[in-house]
Amino acid sequence: MAKKPEREKKEKTIRYFDYSLLFLIIFLLCFGLIMLYSTSSYYGSTRFDDAAYYVRRQMYASALGLAAMIVVSRIPYRIWMQFSTLAYLGALGLCTAVIFVGTEAKGQARWLKIGPIQFQPSELAKIGVIIFLATVIYKTPKKMGEFKSLVKIVFIVMPVVGVVAYNNLSTAIIILGIAVCMLFVASPKYSHFILMAAAVGVVGVVFIVIAPYRAERIQIWLNPEKYEKGYQTLQGLYAIGSGGLFGKGLGESMQKLGFIPEAQNDMIFSVICEELGLFGAVCLILLYLLIIWRLVVIANNAADLYGSLIVVGILAHIAIQVLLNIAVVTNTIPNTGVSLPFVSYGGTSISILLAEMGLALSVSRGIKLEVT
Amino acid sequence: MLLVIFFVVMFLIGRLVYLMVFCSEYYGQKAENLHERERDIKAARGKIIDATGTVLATNKSVCTISVIHSQIDNQEAVINVLVKELGLSEETVRKRVEKVSSIERIKTNVDKETGDRIRSYGLSGIKVDEDYKRYYPYDTLASKVLGFTGGDNQGILGLEVKYDEYLQGTSGKILTLTDARGIEIENAGETRLEPVNGYNLYVSLDHNIQEYCEQAAEKAYLKKEADYVSVIVMNPKNGELLAMVNYPEFNLNDPFTLNDELTEEVTAEEKQNLLNQMWRNQCISDTYEPGSTFKIITATAALEEGVVSLTDNFYCPGYKMVEDRRIRCAKTTGHGAETFETGIMNSCNPVFIELGERLGVDNFYKYFKQFGLLSKTNVDLPGEAATIMHKKENIGPVELATISFGQSFQITPIQLVTTVSSIINGGKRIAPHFGVEVRDEEGNLVETLDYQTTDGICMEETSETMRYLLERVVSDGGGQKAKIEGYKIGGKTATSQTLPRSEHKYISSFLGFAPADDPEVLVLFIINNPKGVYYGGQIAAPMVKEIMENILPYLDKS
Repeated sequence: MAKKPEREKKEKTIRYFDYSLLFLIIFLLCFGLIMLYSTSSYYGSTRFDDAAYYVRRQMYASALGLAAMIVVSRIPYRIWMQFSTLAYLGALGLCTAVIFVGTEAKGQARWLKIGPIQFQPSELAKIGVIIFLATVIYKTPKKMGEFKSLVKIVFIVMPVVGVVAYNNLSTAIIILGIAVCMLFVASPKYSHFILMAAAVGVVGVVFIVIAPYRAERIQIWLNPEKYEKGYQTLQGLYAIGSGGLFGKGLGESMQKLGFIPEAQNDMIFSVICEELGLFGAVCLILLYLLIIWRLVVIANNAADLYGSLIVVGILAHIAIQVLLNIAVVTNTIPNTGVSLPFVSYGGTSISILLAEMGLALSVSRGIKLEVT
Repeated sequence: MLLVIFFVVMFLIGRLVYLMVFCSEYYGQKAENLHERERDIKAARGKIIDATGTVLATNKSVCTISVIHSQIDNQEAVINVLVKELGLSEETVRKRVEKVSSIERIKTNVDKETGDRIRSYGLSGIKVDEDYKRYYPYDTLASKVLGFTGGDNQGILGLEVKYDEYLQGTSGKILTLTDARGIEIENAGETRLEPVNGYNLYVSLDHNIQEYCEQAAEKAYLKKEADYVSVIVMNPKNGELLAMVNYPEFNLNDPFTLNDELTEEVTAEEKQNLLNQMWRNQCISDTYEPGSTFKIITATAALEEGVVSLTDNFYCPGYKMVEDRRIRCAKTTGHGAETFETGIMNSCNPVFIELGERLGVDNFYKYFKQFGLLSKTNVDLPGEAATIMHKKENIGPVELATISFGQSFQITPIQLVTTVSSIINGGKRIAPHFGVEVRDEEGNLVETLDYQTTDGICMEETSETMRYLLERVVSDGGGQKAKIEGYKIGGKTATSQTLPRSEHKYISSFLGFAPADDPEVLVLFIINNPKGVYYGGQIAAPMVKEIMENILPYLDKS
């Protein structure tokens, strides 16, 4: 991806707004809610006697997110530059706080409760890191060619990654991935990244060796049928496999009836496969590709490097999550908990994502089309 | 970067295509197996119906009590009710109720009333399934003949095993879809395969005759403190068995409880052995030395071969020398001069030793084979024992002599009955049997059972002579205690000593048939190890008389 020189020319321009992205987001959001309702109605009715339990909560969060999106899209994005340090420290602080005062669910404290609102700070950390890194890179564009400054930035991000990794490794990996993507775009030298990739590889192997449960995950990945813990993966595969070309039809999934644990969360893609088939799954993937394409267009045409970097961060966030999620669900990589953007159940995630999209739209607003 | 994303996406789509197109069948099938719950609908097992149309084996409604763990609301209440109603220990019930499984069976074969009572508590999570259980209205009647079934509707013993394929029927199936908790999904539609009930088996056994015989057997068993008493009643003309008793019988509705109270703790294996002993049908599964009843066969062979006639003269000094061995006659003082006819009436050993010598080993063996003694009778009950006979090349003069009066080899009671029947019915050997025909629930004939028949066992003339001789045994010979006024009875007594001879244990028996000139019913009565008087003519013949007195008027044979 090419880096755009800042356009400082003041010309007569037409205000631009990326309506196609907005349309794609709304479409995906609606699709996600329908699939979530289909998937979660069984758990909703068996646990809370309310088939719409999950979808209603998701709708509240979506409404909140949509409001945030509209507000954020109307705020000039350069304002956020001033809050970058605050965003970084806030993310770090909240993620640290959750370790000590978090609300537990399934053995891991990932939620923070403030008054009536309960949220996942690690989701907040993603956007925090995007804003912070964009600012840092924007302010030192000249030094980006040096390997030293790359390492320096990686070290600045590391505390957040470390704190998040304490109880949510996959989110930490995503944050790291977002950071790497943003640096990659900003840096002119590919060789640095090959070096970094090698370093990450070594660290990864050490990680697996020192923690035996990760080695076990690898074993489960290779042979899900032989391990009790491969249950979720296997159930997901059953769902995907029974979908076939065109699926069983909307609402007809059998695997969502308690066979896939927490199907509405990370495994929702498998239910989509079962109900809508290969056709539906590919359509969904194409929808994500379209969004990514729109984000690329915005990033390429952004008014300044700052806006461009923010959009790249958002793009990386969505792309990494989509790819990891599908890879996990299809057992292409070992199991790790990554949600599917806009579709998986999770209030914090959907609100933050929509706010991020607001940010991207705000950047798109900054694009000035030259009148020729 | 866009390129990287694009390639990863293409790879993942490829993976999806692989999973959803090429592995679709594999995973789809696995998933279906997971969702489908198959429930069997038991087929009602066919009845066993006797010659009078009386039902000897039928089915009773019972319940199977199970719990579905995920549907239990009030676990303690469930445990309390099950403990109270089923009489199981709390520990057992708790263990099963608390077990996390889709369905856990608590108890089978529970009375329908108990099942209804449990159902009336209305506790969620308890499942009461109605089912059939085999039921025998007469408890012990002909227990070793009828046999019983296991929990899976499979015959374990007797006719229940032999005719299992007719009786069993085909169980039906209900296929339903369930969610992960095992709850059936409404509107999912179920596939139902109706069960086909088993066919009814009609047998020749007559429960009245069987009851007479059991009473007589019990009487002899108690009076003579016998080990056991066996009775076989057969129609010699067609091989149909009318009764078969092995006293003591056992309760078919409770076949796993031993007849005798156990005095000490036994291991599971020992208990199984004792049960097997209790279930044993001695008429078919045990061999014994037939003794003097076998003289019928020796005499037939001699007549058939033409080595003797009724008027041939013999002399019995009370023993006969065979090589250097002195073989005694039952009457140690000797019968003196006698004809063949009086020899058989006296059951005189020297006469039969002489017949054996006249026949020779080759001929004797030939008749053994011809009469079918070397093969099984193919009775329609499981567990028939084979004849234990000397090898032909091992038969010397002493063996030949002992065989002649029914010792030193072993046959089953059913073998003796079958062979004698063929001799007195004109030479037709028919596999003895209970099964007559198979009909469906509505009574439509499905199959008439037929049995192997071999003609030409002996000449009609020989047969007639034998009937005459055996009638003489009862009218004026050793079998006089079986004589009934107004009936022509034929028969032969036997008293055989069991091995080892030093124990002085005996088997007393009497084989009788009537009417002597045209036999329609043949009775063999065996008392195993009687105390006190042990002569067959003294203790077994009167029992046959008692049975005949009851069944001849009943069958209206004169």
